[in-house]
Amino acid sequence: MRRFRFLAATAAAGLMLTATACAPSSQGGDEGGDGETLRIGIKFDQPGLGFRAGNADPEGFDTDVARYVASELGFPEDKIEWVQTPSANRENALENGEVDMILATYSITDERKERVDFAGPYFVAGQDLLVRSDENAIKGPEDLNGKNLCSVTGSTSAQKIKDEYAEGVNLVEQAGYAECVTILEAGQVDAVTTDDIILAGLAAADANKGKFKVVGNAFTEERYGVGLPKGSDKCADINAAIEKMKEDGKWQEALDTATEGTGYEPDAELNDNAEMESCS
Amino acid sequence: MGELLSQYDVLGAFWMNIKLTVLAAVGSFVIGLVLALCRISPIGSLQKFGAAYVNIVRNTPLTIIMVIGVLGVWSQLQVQLSSDFDFNFFLYAVACLSLYHASFVCEAIRSGVNTVPLGQAEAARAIGLPFMDAARLVILPQALRGAVTPLGNTLIALTKNSTVAAAASVAEVSGMMKTMMEFRPDVMVFIFCIVALGFCLIVIPIGICTTWLSDRLAVAR
Repeated sequence: MRRFRFLAATAAAGLMLTATACAPSSQGGDEGGDGETLRIGIKFDQPGLGFRAGNADPEGFDTDVARYVASELGFPEDKIEWVQTPSANRENALENGEVDMILATYSITDERKERVDFAGPYFVAGQDLLVRSDENAIKGPEDLNGKNLCSVTGSTSAQKIKDEYAEGVNLVEQAGYAECVTILEAGQVDAVTTDDIILAGLAAADANKGKFKVVGNAFTEERYGVGLPKGSDKCADINAAIEKMKEDGKWQEALDTATEGTGYEPDAELNDNAEMESCS
Repeated sequence: MGELLSQYDVLGAFWMNIKLTVLAAVGSFVIGLVLALCRISPIGSLQKFGAAYVNIVRNTPLTIIMVIGVLGVWSQLQVQLSSDFDFNFFLYAVACLSLYHASFVCEAIRSGVNTVPLGQAEAARAIGLPFMDAARLVILPQALRGAVTPLGNTLIALTKNSTVAAAASVAEVSGMMKTMMEFRPDVMVFIFCIVALGFCLIVIPIGICTTWLSDRLAVAR
């Protein structure tokens, strides 16, 4: 009899634990009871695009677009919950419902579309090179033979240069672009490569002002989209918000702030004619 | 799935991890043995050096050691270990792995030394052997046989820690996994399973060998 009671107590305790464990996740869903929030996934470590120091308001072009889109969807800034979504985690975060949308230098690709939906693109970037500001010999990826090039582990941008433009380039992979920029400044590599707007954001960061420049000879096309969970109903509204942001000049304003002082100009033709995703 | 494997050289990446592991195992064993000798030697300054090395290095995360190597020594101090660009990073990774695991090897050997009864050392001294001869002929042969299991554990840890070499720009399997996950999120679980399975295939035989060797080599007392 005593053992029986013990079992019952354990079972009850177990039930309670499971019940409390479930509670927060159901609250965090779409219907959030008191004051619905919009959870937006961004990068926290990319100056100029998505950057957050401690608990400060995140800043950068991605976050400015996110704020505009959110307000168009009816969420003022204090209803936005910022969530960090590193590159490798973006699809999972959308599928598991940790975020409602992602604006984190997220290029639209067919492989990704198998797991997530995209609205946008809100920006068309291209792969480019960042060099020291006194560097004049490197004008494009073809000039990299015999030079050292840095990129981030898990991106293929450097390998692409080696395969398609300069076979004799030496590749260094680092954990983040900040490390690459450190090595670039120290002189052990001659260039850093990734999307031009990311490079411009790095060059515009306070600590790097005047030290680096973007070559300005983009050689790929990366369409940054707004990542959404499969079957989301927000896609068309987000596309409309992006169109509106471009028309009323806020888009250009945000871009200028993010890349101030680097002389970086996005490819106007590609960005003006960017075809929006169909939202099927 | 075959298409994924032809696009990314997973086997080559695993081979890189194995090369790192083997070379770092040799390197860390040599350094660790020297450290263990320092720690059991009768000379106070050597004992302190050994203890200081072990305590500092063992408590520093491996990633930090790797970053100090590449961002500090290579990038800022511009020290080249090899004129070949890629091989230079490989050597940095092997050096960092060796220096880090040497502290664990040292402690593993020292635990082996503790299995040797004190009478053995006293007998060695009684017949007039100086410290190095006593260590080489009497203590270490028995200590190493007693240290097979902890050394095996260190080797297993080293195998998995070889993935940290990604921080030193070595094209090994964890970096490749990151690349594959970034560009093929549609098969992310499959990618993860391949890498996990690969490590199991490498590590489980090491574990079996360790157990077998430690039984076989144990000193019967």
